[in-house]
Amino acid sequence: MGFADFKLFKIRGGVHPAENKHATAGHPITPVPLADRLFIPLQQHIGAPAEPIVKRGDKVCKGQLLANSQGMISAPVHAPTSGTVIAIGKYPAPHPSGLPVRTIIIEPDGNECWADVTLPYSDPLTLDPDEIATRVAAAGIVGMGGATFPSAVKLNLRKRYKLQQLVINAAECEPYLTCDDQLMREHASEIMQGIAIMMHALQVPEAIVAIEANKPKAIKAMREAARHLSAIKVVSVPVQYPMGSEKHLVQTLTGKETPARALTADIGIVVHNVATAHAVQQCLYHGRPLIDRVVTVTGGAVKNPGNYLTPIGTPVSMLFEIAGGFNEEPSRIIGGGPMMGQPLPDTKVPIVKGSGGILALTAQETAQKTAMPCIRCGSCVTACPCGLLPLEMANRARANDLDGSVKFGLMDCIACGSCAYVCPSHIPLVQYFNFAKGALAEKQRAQHKQEEIRRLTEFRNQRMEAQKQAKRKAMAKRKAEMAAKKAREAEEKSAEAGA
Amino acid sequence: MIEAIFIITLLGMSLGLLLGAASSFFAVEGNPLEAEIEAMLPGSQCGQCGYPGCSPAAAAIANGQADITLCPPGGRSLAQQLAEKLGVSADLSGMEDKEPMIAKIREDLCIGCTKCFKRCPTDAIVGGPKMIHAVISDACTGCEKCFDVCPTECIGMHPLPKTLQNWYWPKPAIAA
Repeated sequence: MGFADFKLFKIRGGVHPAENKHATAGHPITPVPLADRLFIPLQQHIGAPAEPIVKRGDKVCKGQLLANSQGMISAPVHAPTSGTVIAIGKYPAPHPSGLPVRTIIIEPDGNECWADVTLPYSDPLTLDPDEIATRVAAAGIVGMGGATFPSAVKLNLRKRYKLQQLVINAAECEPYLTCDDQLMREHASEIMQGIAIMMHALQVPEAIVAIEANKPKAIKAMREAARHLSAIKVVSVPVQYPMGSEKHLVQTLTGKETPARALTADIGIVVHNVATAHAVQQCLYHGRPLIDRVVTVTGGAVKNPGNYLTPIGTPVSMLFEIAGGFNEEPSRIIGGGPMMGQPLPDTKVPIVKGSGGILALTAQETAQKTAMPCIRCGSCVTACPCGLLPLEMANRARANDLDGSVKFGLMDCIACGSCAYVCPSHIPLVQYFNFAKGALAEKQRAQHKQEEIRRLTEFRNQRMEAQKQAKRKAMAKRKAEMAAKKAREAEEKSAEAGA
Repeated sequence: MIEAIFIITLLGMSLGLLLGAASSFFAVEGNPLEAEIEAMLPGSQCGQCGYPGCSPAAAAIANGQADITLCPPGGRSLAQQLAEKLGVSADLSGMEDKEPMIAKIREDLCIGCTKCFKRCPTDAIVGGPKMIHAVISDACTGCEKCFDVCPTECIGMHPLPKTLQNWYWPKPAIAA
């Protein structure tokens, strides 16, 4: 097939950070033994947290539903192994704040006994597209590239948009990470099955798997698996960070730019991560909910970096232990890739559905130079893949002029960090944008609360007024009754007197 | 010459009449700014600003007698909105320190007297006679009306708890 002649389009900006993938590339996926305790946060996705349906002391089977999704955008969580629920309480989240979140803690019994998995069909491709989305939702599958948006919502987009293509994001443009690379090398045919199911769910005629050219073995394996599938194309895309940003990937593949603050679905394309495709296959062919994932454990401080098939809820500290511990004291632990990943406050936090990598970086790797004044060189403007002016946005964010920052395109910033990476003055540009976005959201929340409170107050005032009116009316009625009674009595009296 | 004087006089008179008519037609009663500002205020009549209610407070702001930072439940966002509306620069430095507070009831001390429940201007307290009351934090403005009336002093004012939903990165420190 003519793979070579697939026409690609250039995207602007971007950077080429040192890949550092060699440490783990080609390391086979190793299953991780069960931890003593698994910590399963109820919110591992964008949207509403799940609501537990088990209680303390319950025995659960592997794959059993632990907590139900709440509302349209949410995802359930399942037991990664069989064991006992020993607590449902607060536990630090794998999040830079380290704030406690509601978490179900399971003590494994080591039997790994599965909950009943019955598949009432033989071929998932004969299922109704709606049914596929329903099953994906029930399996708790979320975008595994890190954004953790519930996948079922994205599989149901055909009702609202006219879709032509499914793009499978296997760019893995973040340095250090190789979990998707390894997954493709080892499970290419399963991934293809998953893609076929997703195409069926979305009712699109074709799919493109985009893999960065630095993963030749994954490309080969995937092409091999796609040999008989004419509707699925495996395309090698140039190595350029942030190729894995869905809007930029779509532009590279189709030349079409997603409008500002719109979805790729607006231009007829849905993007799913490659690991998500694998999870979908596991769900539809084997009835397995999302209870484990491949995690790259790497970084200069890790003794034996590698790719590990990790049950959700395994503490990060245990993964580091399995990877042989540390060569030297890591200066920073990061969840995700080095560009967009977030520092973790502690290694006792668990692996969640969106954890693609855990990095323990040395002081040398995280060396941070002090920020100097902006020299207006424009390097950040050249590097910005979204065509924004990071220096202007940052200036306004620093002066707390959030609206000014928005006018310069803050809401179109994907926080890829290319600007901060190239800045010769080491200005923490993307950090300013993260702050500004948070402050803006806070402002909007405050405004929303203000409006809600006004509504509540009005409602209460109306009610009070109605109560007062009712009281007055009742009073008037009683008075009238009393007057009538008195009149009647007077009449009777006068009648008696007359008699 | 005569024609010119005549024309100008006529023009002046007709325009004057037009203006006079317009001023009576489009007459505005009271200060429209007051109504607009009142609509922006929370309307909970909590009195934390020192004025008897939101409407007198709005009048004071419109007349320039009160500071735009007077409304604690409105917080910074309201102060900024008011600054925009009035075209003045907001000095928010005083507000920075004061975090929005919300009321919280200590269940072990609550006797279910319904006093707080009756006074809450936003219906943020739920409960019934001789039952433990609770505050719906999303609806609480932190006006402290309940705080003052509680006979067992079981209501405390606390800052809004930080969660993953409202946490965000602090501003990067500026290197000295």
